[in-house]
Formats: sequence, structure tokens, C-alpha cells
Amino acid sequence: MSEITLVEAVRLALARAMSEDDGVLVLGEDVGADGGVFRATEDLFERFGAERVIDLPLSESLFAGLAVGLGAQGFRPVIEFQFMGFIYPAIDQVLNHAGRLRNRTRGRLTCPMVIRAPYGGGIHAPEHHSESTEALFAQIPGIRVVIPSSPARAYGLLLAAIRDPDPVVFLEPKRIYRALKETVEDDGKAAPLDACFVLREGTDLTLVSWGAMIKETVAAADALAADGVEAEVIDVATLKPLDMTTILQSVERSGRCVIVHEAALACGVGAEIAARLADEGLTSLLAPVRRVAGYDTVMPLPRLEAHYLPSTARIVAAAREILEFA
Amino acid sequence: MSKVATFEIDYTRILDPQGRVVGDLPAFAHDPAVLADLYRAMVLTRAFDAKAVALQRTGRLGTFASSLGQEAVAVGLGAAMAATDVLLPSFREQGAQFLRGVTMTELLLYWGGDERGSDFAGPRQDFPICVPVGTHGPHAAGVALAFQLRGEARAAVCVIGDGATSRGDVYEAMNFAGVRKLPLVFVVNNNGWAISVPRARQSAAETLAQKAVAAGFPGEQVDGNDVIAVRAALEEALARARAGGGPTLVEALTYRLSDHTTADDATRYRDDAEVSARWKEEPLTRLRAYLVEAGSWGKEDEEALLADCDGQVEAAVEAYLATAPLPPSAMFDHLHAELPRELEAQRQALMRTLDEEDPSP
Repeated sequence: MSEITLVEAVRLALARAMSEDDGVLVLGEDVGADGGVFRATEDLFERFGAERVIDLPLSESLFAGLAVGLGAQGFRPVIEFQFMGFIYPAIDQVLNHAGRLRNRTRGRLTCPMVIRAPYGGGIHAPEHHSESTEALFAQIPGIRVVIPSSPARAYGLLLAAIRDPDPVVFLEPKRIYRALKETVEDDGKAAPLDACFVLREGTDLTLVSWGAMIKETVAAADALAADGVEAEVIDVATLKPLDMTTILQSVERSGRCVIVHEAALACGVGAEIAARLADEGLTSLLAPVRRVAGYDTVMPLPRLEAHYLPSTARIVAAAREILEFA
Repeated sequence: MSKVATFEIDYTRILDPQGRVVGDLPAFAHDPAVLADLYRAMVLTRAFDAKAVALQRTGRLGTFASSLGQEAVAVGLGAAMAATDVLLPSFREQGAQFLRGVTMTELLLYWGGDERGSDFAGPRQDFPICVPVGTHGPHAAGVALAFQLRGEARAAVCVIGDGATSRGDVYEAMNFAGVRKLPLVFVVNNNGWAISVPRARQSAAETLAQKAVAAGFPGEQVDGNDVIAVRAALEEALARARAGGGPTLVEALTYRLSDHTTADDATRYRDDAEVSARWKEEPLTRLRAYLVEAGSWGKEDEEALLADCDGQVEAAVEAYLATAPLPPSAMFDHLHAELPRELEAQRQALMRTLDEEDPSP
């Protein structure tokens, strides 16, 4: 048992899954001897060999389609995309094939697979490296979209994703790849998919977020606590399918909700949560549901990205507004 | 200056349009019974296509893609493949699918709008029809990689059209197949037309077969209306693939005598004169002429075959039309291995709308 970072937890889960099941393969660009651009696959090549850790030519559409074929043949491929910005050619495969193969063959062919990609801003990366476009995938039937927010949840959720018999898009918050350490026991225990995690209990306000923004959201809860406001913090973790039960139960107690995500505001997953609160939680609500999100602009290059990403101050301000709503 | 690479593309024709032997007959072609079976399979495919078009025209089938004129490509392929190989078809390879055990009823169900049509009772590992053109290239690479990793002597076959060779993911699949020497055979079912875009406007390459050269493996052309040439070329390519010799691309030159699909009207963009000329090269006539000349086929055989094909097709149509639709809740049955709780609520909502509907007609 030791304290490890989120990216180390990803590697630990990959190694665990590979040693438990010979069918688990790791494929992608530079995942072999190089160990991945973020080192998420470091040492796997040495440990499991070139037949299990497979470097692919630079061809992102192939990555996802290859996983469909491998999955249909009984393997459990884990595909690494270097950055979310390069994943879009694969949407064709995820939407047209991975998400529907089971249904269109009435269960005859299935394609268990995990598509891993680092997402999000805040690391001063070049153009196209900082977007947060999880909602594009959350609209696709037949797949799960999972985003961890801590080393322990990254380990447990990735194990669950690899063991799941269906495709999972697993988005890794690269801003916090190495920002915090946590004790993670390599016990092979999967965390539940399709469930939110309540990170902090409180009855005055519900703060809902996921991924890297959990950091600012928890900081906002701390700031509010200093003023005597007890905020509940929910890490959504699985964005599709969405565990609205946990969110609704929290809002039933608090009556107030702020949703925080760094993805653009319009048609983001926050919009779905807000709509569901309006639909199923209206009688619990004491104030409007607020979203603190990225703007509907092009994600700015690093000099301005801090102004795009929701800050703790923006979350606290939104929380205060709805706390004062009478 | 020095040359660093050169290439040549071979073209094979064994039976000419008149049914005369103009190449080396492969061993299987010396057995008249084998050739008669290939002929039967092509006639059955044509009978199926004609019936499916008729069903669509009378409102009993959805949009359908006929393989009229292209039967030799699919039948030659189906005959060349082993049961343990895996077929990843495009949407005009019914002749191959039937030989592999896909039933006519299943394909009618598919084109008739029922997912059960892709739940093949026969070739359980074969992929269903692929509508988004060429997107199954990467799947075929994945299937072939699975065979290679397990050390199995099996091959995957990916069938694409001439239009699909312009697509990026097809090239990505070919490139990877070359890099890994995958047991994968690409069949380009080149019928000259991608809906309304003719071959000349699809690619400036002299042949589509030479696209394999860029990916580092052999490409060749065959007369796609010569079922003997198609089967021979694919048997060789498949044997090489299963033995670890890597991928091959076989470009079968044929012609789409039908509209692209029943939703298309080719007279808008294609001269009738061109089509009439191509009817003289279609695949059934030449093989029948050869068999008749060899004394292996007669008028009675032909009549019996046509009656048999009609009977088979009619029985399949009856079974298709007698298949009741799935209950509406079936759309939730195979979305995931287990229906997530969130979706269970949506399934219940659908069920409630059914309860609310007036059950009487």
C-alpha cells in the first residue's frame, strides 16, 4: 500500500487487469517502449511483451475500429488516445459500431473495449490539447462515459471499465494526473460504474461535478464551510448512464444545486442534470439550478485558459447567489 | 538517379464473356460438379435479388441493394472461404453470405428492418452488413489481429466497393494490415459506380489494386465476372494469409447492372447504352456457356435449377413475411449486457405508452 498519483493508479489498474486476464491488450500510439506520452503505460511493454502492449500506426479511426474487431473476437482491448483533441476520427467507430454492435446483432457479437483519453485544460498545453468534450460521447447509446477524479477512483473505475462487457469511454483528467496522491491498495477491487460518489455530506447546497473540476468544487465547499454553509459534493464519475437517483436524493435534502464542469455550457452534461432536476426534482428546489462551466467559445490557448476554466471563486459566487435566492 | 521501387499489377481472366477458356484452369475447375455448384449459387443469388427488389416495389421490404451482375464476386468469395474464416461484408455480398450459411430469410429480415436479420444462426462470427462505407476495414484488421495473436490459421475477409477505397479508414486498416502482416484479404468489389460517381472520378490510380502496394502488400486484379478467376485468386490469397504470408488485396472488376439500391434511379446519371454493353459480360451466361459446351449442363438442368431457386426464395419470403415484429421493448434488450437502471426507467416508460394505447384495432 502506497500513496500514488492518478496516472500511476491508471497504470496500476492496467497492470492488474492484464495480469488477471490474458485477453486484455493495451494498444495505441507510443504505448510500448515509450510508456505513453503521460507514462500511463510505463513498464507494461517490458512486463507483458509486444503481443499484449501494441504500438499502432498513427491512425485514430483505426484504433477504435480495431477494438471493435478484437472485442468481437473475445479480447478486451484498452485503447489509448494521446489527447482528447485527436479522438474525433474515432467518433465514427464509436457511434456507428461500438455502441450498436451488440444491439444490431441481438447479442451475437459484442465489443468490450475501453477507450482511454486524457481530457481537459489547465496544463498550458498546445492548441487542440485542452478541450473537454465528454458530452459528445455521452449522447451515444450503448456506451458508458466514465471520468475519475482521484487516484483511488481511477484505479477502481478503470478496472470496472475493463471488466465491463460493453464499450466504455474512460476520460482521464490530465490536470490532476500528478496533482494529488492517495493511498491506493492494489486489491483488484472495482468501483461501481453507473453510480455517483458523495465526496462530502451537507444539507445546505448540492455541488455536482466530475473529473478535474472536483478539485475546485471541493475547495468551494471548504470556502462555504468557513461561512457555516454545509455543501454536499457529488462526483458524478459515470456521466452515461447517469445516476440521477443520488443527485435527486441530495437535492431533496438541500433544495439547491450548482453543477460545475469545464466543458462548454450549452448542451453539456450539466444541461442534462439540470433538466432532470427540473423534471423530477422541481418540488425539492428552493432556488434555480446554476451551472458553472466553460463558455461556449473556442477553448482559448494557454494565456487565457485560466479565465475559461471554472474557478473556485466562480463556484462560490454561484453558490452564494442561489443560497440568497428567496 | 536510381529506381528505388517499381510495381506491376497482374490481371487474371480464365473464362471470357463467351465462356471460352483463356487462362489456366485451376484444379477445382476440372470438376464439372464444382462448377455447376458455383453456377447454382449465382443463379440463386440473382433469383433472391430479383425477388427482394419486387418485394421492395410492392411495399413489403425496405431499401435493398441488388447484386445483379456482380454475383461472381460474392459467390467466388464464398466458395473460396473456409468456414473458420470470418467475413466482413459490405452490402452487396449476399451470394457469399448464403454460401456461408446466412439464410435468405435473415437477409430479408435485415432489409425489412429487423435486427434479428443480423443474428446469423450459421456463421456466428461473421460481421453483419456494413452500411457506413468502408468503416468495417478497421474491424477486419481487429479480427485478423485476434487470429494472429492466438496463432490460429484463419483469415478475415473485408469486402469493400470501389468508392470505399477513397476512404481514410480503409487506408488505415490496409496500412496496419501491412505493418503487422495480418491474415486479412481485402476484396474490392469494383462495380464501376459509387452511386452516381464513376470509377474514373473516384481515383486517378490506374488500378485500385495498386493501393495495396502503398501499404506494403500485394494487390491484383481479376475479372470479377469470371467466378473461376475470382475463386482461384481468393483461394490463393486466403491460403497465404492463413499461412502467415500477410494480406492481399484482390480487385474484382465487375459491373453494377442494377441501380445502386432500390432508392436510386441510375438512368439519371448513366447511359443505357453503357449498361446494355455490360450485359454482354455478365457472369452467369459465360459459365453456363462453358458448362453446356463441356456437356455438363442442359436445358433440363436449367429448368430444374430455376424451379428450385424459385422454391427456395418463395419459402424464405414466406418465412420472412410470417415473422412478427419484435415487441417494442426489444430495443432495450441488447443495448448493454445488463440494462442500466437509468435505462430501465425509460423501458418502463415505453411499456406504459403501450398500455395506454387502445389495444383494439
